[in-house]
Amino acid sequence: MSLVSVRDVHKYFGDLHVLKGIDLDIKAGEVVSIIGRSGSGKSTLLRCMNGLESYDQGAIILDGMEVSTDEFQVRKLSQSVGMVFQSFNLFPHLTVGENIMLAPTLIKKTSKAEAKKLAQEVLEKVGLGDKFGQYPEKLSGGQQQRVAIARSLAMKPKVLLCDEITSALDPELVGDVLKVLEQLAAEGMTLVLVTHEMNFARDVGDRVVFMHQGKVHETGDAKTVLADPQTPELRQFIGAVL
Amino acid sequence: MSQFTDWDILRNLLLAARWTILLSLLAFAGGSIVGLLLTFMRISRRKPLIWVTRIYIEIFQGTPLLMQLFIAFFGLGLLGIDVSAWTAAALALTLFSSAFLSDIWRGCVESLPKGQWEASRCLGLNYLQTMRYIILPQALRIAIPPTVGFSVQIVKGTALASIIGFVELTKAGTMLNNATFEPFKVFAMVALIYFLLCYPLSRASQYLEEKLNVAGKRA
Repeated sequence: MSLVSVRDVHKYFGDLHVLKGIDLDIKAGEVVSIIGRSGSGKSTLLRCMNGLESYDQGAIILDGMEVSTDEFQVRKLSQSVGMVFQSFNLFPHLTVGENIMLAPTLIKKTSKAEAKKLAQEVLEKVGLGDKFGQYPEKLSGGQQQRVAIARSLAMKPKVLLCDEITSALDPELVGDVLKVLEQLAAEGMTLVLVTHEMNFARDVGDRVVFMHQGKVHETGDAKTVLADPQTPELRQFIGAVL
Repeated sequence: MSQFTDWDILRNLLLAARWTILLSLLAFAGGSIVGLLLTFMRISRRKPLIWVTRIYIEIFQGTPLLMQLFIAFFGLGLLGIDVSAWTAAALALTLFSSAFLSDIWRGCVESLPKGQWEASRCLGLNYLQTMRYIILPQALRIAIPPTVGFSVQIVKGTALASIIGFVELTKAGTMLNNATFEPFKVFAMVALIYFLLCYPLSRASQYLEEKLNVAGKRA
């Protein structure tokens, strides 16, 4: 059974039909890269998967739960799915450690001491064990993004959704973030990434989903699809990106 | 006719200034309480509450404070509710301040990036937790300088209470002028006292703005 199952999902922004019947299944442990031009609906699809965005038709089942924007449901979902954003969205008034400890203590009622241990653990994992007491603005973009990943990991999600998480970073900082993702992938974490990092999609990803005009236009094994695209749209897209 | 020395004038003005200060404090405290309530109504997601506060704010921002004072003083009187000038002034200034303060505070809450809400939501925080732990602590910091800045408007606004006969600084100035026929001297002193009350506040506002901007990002 798949961990995430998207069935014939449609979404409108007013008159704009942004998702036109998406079907997608993601198995546990899979690394799926969603690629496509801006406006193709890839970010919207990702945001539908954890209830940040509503959809008008179809169904999304994540870890056995129906995804909706209902606050109670989103709260339940947050135990299974984490999300990392392009703009990090760390809480600037809290230290790195507090950023990470907040959700486990509030939502999972983890004790302070345990949450602290957990925070230290996930920070080590992203290579920032020494930043516990720092405020986010003292960190570089790449470090902030890794803290954001650590913050998500502290909730022990089964799926991590990454929405163009390297797009706002200086080129020399992208590598560190991707390395963390690679390590997570190697540990078996299910990753769904909206990304422009084609090399990463090919080398680390299992599968590529190419979205075009609100539809899954082409999909398949990452290496195969990227090396030998079948549709002219994907061929053109890859040509433009690489 | 008795003779007023400069010291007599100043002394009487200073005594009256106590009422200006008291009225300002009351208006600020009352305005903060009502304003806080309005702010929470305004940032709730309930349409009727939002509309009520919108109309309230439009009314109090869209009419002169003087009219609000007249209505509080004479209007309530016509309805058979006997209000003193003091009560009317305190009431009108409270309502007036609350409209402006809540608008300032709503702006502060809404100025926070949408990503803060989204990140909180993704972590499983509910509305109240997001408010309590993420939004309000940040909004509060942004809100302090404009709030202190607005308190200057309140202090100056209390001058209008003189027109309904409340003896505060301005009214005392008018009375002393009637007795001494020295408008320049009297009103210069009045102005000076207002300035001494307001200047520290506007400086404090500027100071806080700089301080919270620089250090604010840190903590």
